[in-house]
Amino acid sequence: MIKNRTLQGYILNTLVIAVLLIVFSFVKEAFGKAGDFKLIIAPSIWQCCYLIILAASLNMTLGFLGQLSLGHCGFMAIGAYAAALISLAAERAGVFSDKSGPAFILVLVGCILIAGVLAAIVGLLVGIPALRLKGDYLAIITLGFGMIIVNIINNLPFAGQEGLALGSASASLYKNGLGFGTALKVTYIWVALAVTMISVAMMFMYVRSKYGRAIRAIRDDEIAASASGINTAFYKVFTFAYSAFFAGVAGALYACSNATLSTASFAFANGGILNSTFVVVMVVLGGMGSLTGSIVAAIIMFIVNYQIKNGVWVKLLPLWLQNIFAFPMLVYAVILIIVIMFRPKGIFGIYELSLRNFFSDMKRQRQNRLAQKQESKEALNNE
Amino acid sequence: MSDERTPILETRKLGITFGGLVAVSDFNIKIFKGELVGLIGPNGAGKTTVFNMLTGVYKPTEGSVLLDGQVLNGKKTHQFVAAGVARTFQNIRLFKQMTVLENVLVAFTKDIHYGMLDSLFRTPRYWKTEKELKTKALDLLSIFHLEDKADYIAANLPYGQQRKLEIARALATDMKLLLLDEPAAGMNPTETAELLDCINAIRNRFGIAILLIEHDMSLVMNVCERIQVIDYGVTIAKGLPEEIAKNPKVIAAYLGQ
Ligand SMILES: Nc1ncnc2c1ncn2[C@@H]1O[C@H](COP(=O)(O)OP(=O)(O)OP(=O)(O)O)[C@@H](O)[C@H]1O
Ligand SMILES: [Mg+2]
Repeated sequence: MIKNRTLQGYILNTLVIAVLLIVFSFVKEAFGKAGDFKLIIAPSIWQCCYLIILAASLNMTLGFLGQLSLGHCGFMAIGAYAAALISLAAERAGVFSDKSGPAFILVLVGCILIAGVLAAIVGLLVGIPALRLKGDYLAIITLGFGMIIVNIINNLPFAGQEGLALGSASASLYKNGLGFGTALKVTYIWVALAVTMISVAMMFMYVRSKYGRAIRAIRDDEIAASASGINTAFYKVFTFAYSAFFAGVAGALYACSNATLSTASFAFANGGILNSTFVVVMVVLGGMGSLTGSIVAAIIMFIVNYQIKNGVWVKLLPLWLQNIFAFPMLVYAVILIIVIMFRPKGIFGIYELSLRNFFSDMKRQRQNRLAQKQESKEALNNE
Repeated sequence: MSDERTPILETRKLGITFGGLVAVSDFNIKIFKGELVGLIGPNGAGKTTVFNMLTGVYKPTEGSVLLDGQVLNGKKTHQFVAAGVARTFQNIRLFKQMTVLENVLVAFTKDIHYGMLDSLFRTPRYWKTEKELKTKALDLLSIFHLEDKADYIAANLPYGQQRKLEIARALATDMKLLLLDEPAAGMNPTETAELLDCINAIRNRFGIAILLIEHDMSLVMNVCERIQVIDYGVTIAKGLPEEIAKNPKVIAAYLGQ
């Protein structure tokens, strides 16, 4: 038996993830009807993956650092465009021709990393002045940033307003860039899973170290934190940039799963899935200060969004409800209000879902049950 | 009182005005190693404002603050802490959603040398540092008999223990000068007596200088070696407790309230 509880937790988590992946790789074709995996489930997993990274990374700013940032999708847009443009340039330069082989993997990894680094640099530049402000003022300035970045990309000559692909047929991400079509999404599903796991692990290690302690202290009381020797300005800006990095990585995954990019999909309130409000809803639902909460909430919100748009049951609803569902933003707003009214801390609050605690709870419960049985038996015998 | 040693804390003509209001003016104090000095005065006299200037929360509009002979004007709060000033707050400011242990660990942050890579890869250095710090933190908590509450959420502690935790956190910053802002406020006589024991224990163990703001006169008269009285931001008396108790200006200031 391993004594160290933390180590026990790490080993347990790793084992469970490994088992899940192995089971997944064996049964993946068996989901649903023939072809369902390729057409529905694999693309869904891709979407879930970047939503998870996006929600978890915003949680670092919103939940752990306690700063309301409404421009998170701006960083995602930077990452997405950076990855897409670099992959197109690499293809033109002949670094890879078909999407296989080590050269392509290298380009892919490079794109993801550069996407993250670029977003982090912009995060640094925005964060240094913006984080002098607090609360509503910070919310407004980050909201403005999210809008500005979309406009800047729109006006870049090489990115363009209509999206990367539509302007020139020669620049389809599926054909020439790092975009994965239906078949490739299945082949490269491990990329999405690996990037997500590494990103979440990196964020987890961050919040469970001196950095995480410092930023949670800043969230709880900034004056007390600085009176305890914490350089609050540094930790705030650094965390903002770190979370922007992962938003950039999420953007790169987004670019991987699309034939074309359009800035409209990153705008503040676009009714789609990739707007900063939707991400805030995910974080609040999962619990501000719980990374595992963000993961669960990202999957829940993905399912909600998918069902609203594609669910068969929607057609059976009264017409006025169907009309509301045509504007998913309204539904997200209602979800946000319901969460804040009935469970303001979100699903998990500031706690992580812990497998070790889960199993030790089950063990304790079984022991309790056994003890109770024993007692009732004894009581019977006494009678 | 002429002394050749460098004082731990020295202020020269320290003053601050908010708009037109002169909150503190011409504040001079010298505190030497191992001393416990009291700062008293009626409500609104400017005591907390002095603490805020001594920790960089407010920027003084006049005069200077010297710690161990080093001028700290214009520095940020965390730089004051790095130089060796730690404080508690009149209205308790704990990290409410964090555990008692974490509250103390936060104050070690500035002395932790592992970096980003150590935390990402959980290197032996990371584990070693974290383990050492945990032992150190529990040791500090045990001065205040809080070690078995290490895993409690700070907000759930009873009031008196929250005050003690705040002092433990201040001690964790490894300071030379400790500023206590009304540590006995809202405590009952037993808790106050316990607090007194703790303050004495700290002095014996760390040999630091302490500046104490307190309204509980019996506490101040008992523990302080010297007392400085301010009223409307102006120093009206300095001296030994017995002298202060008899000083007509001080009596007038307190009765005139
Ligand atoms: N940030 C500020 N802006 C304007 N005025 C201030 C500010 N901080 C303090 N003051 C004023 O300075 C004066 C001194 O306040 P301070 O809090 O230092 O008093 P105190 O001696 O600590 O009183 P108490 O015993 O009630 O704690 C008060 O008149 C207060 O209104
Ligand atoms: Mg005060």
